[in-house]
Amino acid sequence: MNGETDITGADGVPDPVTADLRLSVNGVPRPVTVDTRETLLDTLREHLGLTGAKKGCDHGQCGACTVLVDGRRALSCLTLTVTADDVEIVTVEGLADGDALHPLQAAFIENDALQCGYCTPGQLCSAAGALAEAADGWPSAVTPDLSAPPRLDETEIRERMSGNLCRCGAYPGIVAAVGQVAR
Amino acid sequence: MRPFTYERPADVRSAVAAAAGRPDAAYLGGGTNLVDLMRLGVATPRTLVDVTRISSRAIEETGGGLLIGAGVRNGDLAADPLVRRAQPLLARAVLEGASGQIRNMATVAGNLLQRTRCPYFQDVTKPCNKRLPGSGCPARTGDHRNLAILGHSEHCVATHPSDMAVALAALDALVHVEGPGGARTVPMPGLHRLPGDEPDRDTVLAPGELITAVEVPHLPFAARSRYRKVRDRASFAFAVVSVAAALDVAGGVVRDCRIALGGVAHAPWRAEAAEAALRGAAATPEEFARAADAELARSSPLPRNAFKAPLLRNVLVRTLTDLAEPAGFAESEPVETP
Repeated sequence: MNGETDITGADGVPDPVTADLRLSVNGVPRPVTVDTRETLLDTLREHLGLTGAKKGCDHGQCGACTVLVDGRRALSCLTLTVTADDVEIVTVEGLADGDALHPLQAAFIENDALQCGYCTPGQLCSAAGALAEAADGWPSAVTPDLSAPPRLDETEIRERMSGNLCRCGAYPGIVAAVGQVAR
Repeated sequence: MRPFTYERPADVRSAVAAAAGRPDAAYLGGGTNLVDLMRLGVATPRTLVDVTRISSRAIEETGGGLLIGAGVRNGDLAADPLVRRAQPLLARAVLEGASGQIRNMATVAGNLLQRTRCPYFQDVTKPCNKRLPGSGCPARTGDHRNLAILGHSEHCVATHPSDMAVALAALDALVHVEGPGGARTVPMPGLHRLPGDEPDRDTVLAPGELITAVEVPHLPFAARSRYRKVRDRASFAFAVVSVAAALDVAGGVVRDCRIALGGVAHAPWRAEAAEAALRGAAATPEEFARAADAELARSSPLPRNAFKAPLLRNVLVRTLTDLAEPAGFAESEPVETP
């Protein structure tokens, strides 16, 4: 990484700065050279051919770009790739076990939890993260008692999934699918 | 986005040295606000100093309260058993903010230092005294529905967007800072400024100063507290108004209280006038309304956010009324001293 470089060119306009990184995506080491300005979402989609994570708003407001970082859900559109060289990244492509769907993927199909499908990869990664958080006893804004383990009823699932928007309005199916796996 | 160099210093001292004397360097935490502002062209640092790996992610009991590392993620903070037990108001406020994904990324220090979501500040094609001092404030006559009713100036009517900061202002938190001039602590409220004629300065921090931890003193009546947030949708939206309150009632009289307000000012607003009016008063809705009015006497709503004054009054009265009724309050057991 060339962090010490003076990046101001002769004309006063800063030159792009690049960094050589070794990412870990879905358990596979992925060497990449990126501009420091590049987001993890763009690296996944444009450099690594992993187009599951979607660019919805590119401002952290829709959740379509959600991936798992060290097991916790995070927004790849607000993550600079240069910061992600020492974490484990899992995208929707990494959820299934070979040809065996992840339980959430199977439940999404069974519960008709999508229409156009654009938000679905983000919904799936977010749901996987939300289930892990609940399993770790994390409360949400609607958890009645901060000291008791959360019970993932519809209210809890809706609150915990509020970072993922679906313009088709497939929410009833999404809530049902997540609830089915949570039980 | 403007090109920048990326540095990952080995420790806090090196981070402060890396940023010292370089006004176009910025510390990077979770990036949930800064990266977006860079993409929008609002923030144009030439150097990012990534402090996420050197900021403490520990939450510890001290003699008098909790010491929370600056690098603790919001999600970890709200889930921490110590925080949930000893400072439920803080846990509740954090859970009301943002989304699960953003809480997993955002740090304590970054949450405090996030910028306003005023639409003019975030739009580089518009004037904004906070972004470009002297360029003007279109919000005063334009879209200010979500902006300040307390403590604003002719130069800026922005609000501070954090929920967590409102709880910390109610809880008399101390912000630990390391900087080129050494270490110091900054009390809350007091970290965030009112806009005055320098709206470009959100906080009292000097250039290059880095938040290293937040200390939250023990509050004996912490269990009788509530964070109530009103927003335009049920979740994942900034506060239109919010109230962080804790109440100590004995024999129907308010012995002590803490009240801070969010979504109404350039800083998390400690409601000192309301608190003064309540101490020693009867714990009744009438007295709560009187206290709310004492605070709102200091407000100067704008044409399109005048609704915030009665909304805030109602939310404050209702929150205090709920807290005053032990029967209707689930978390009324006294908190153990840590």
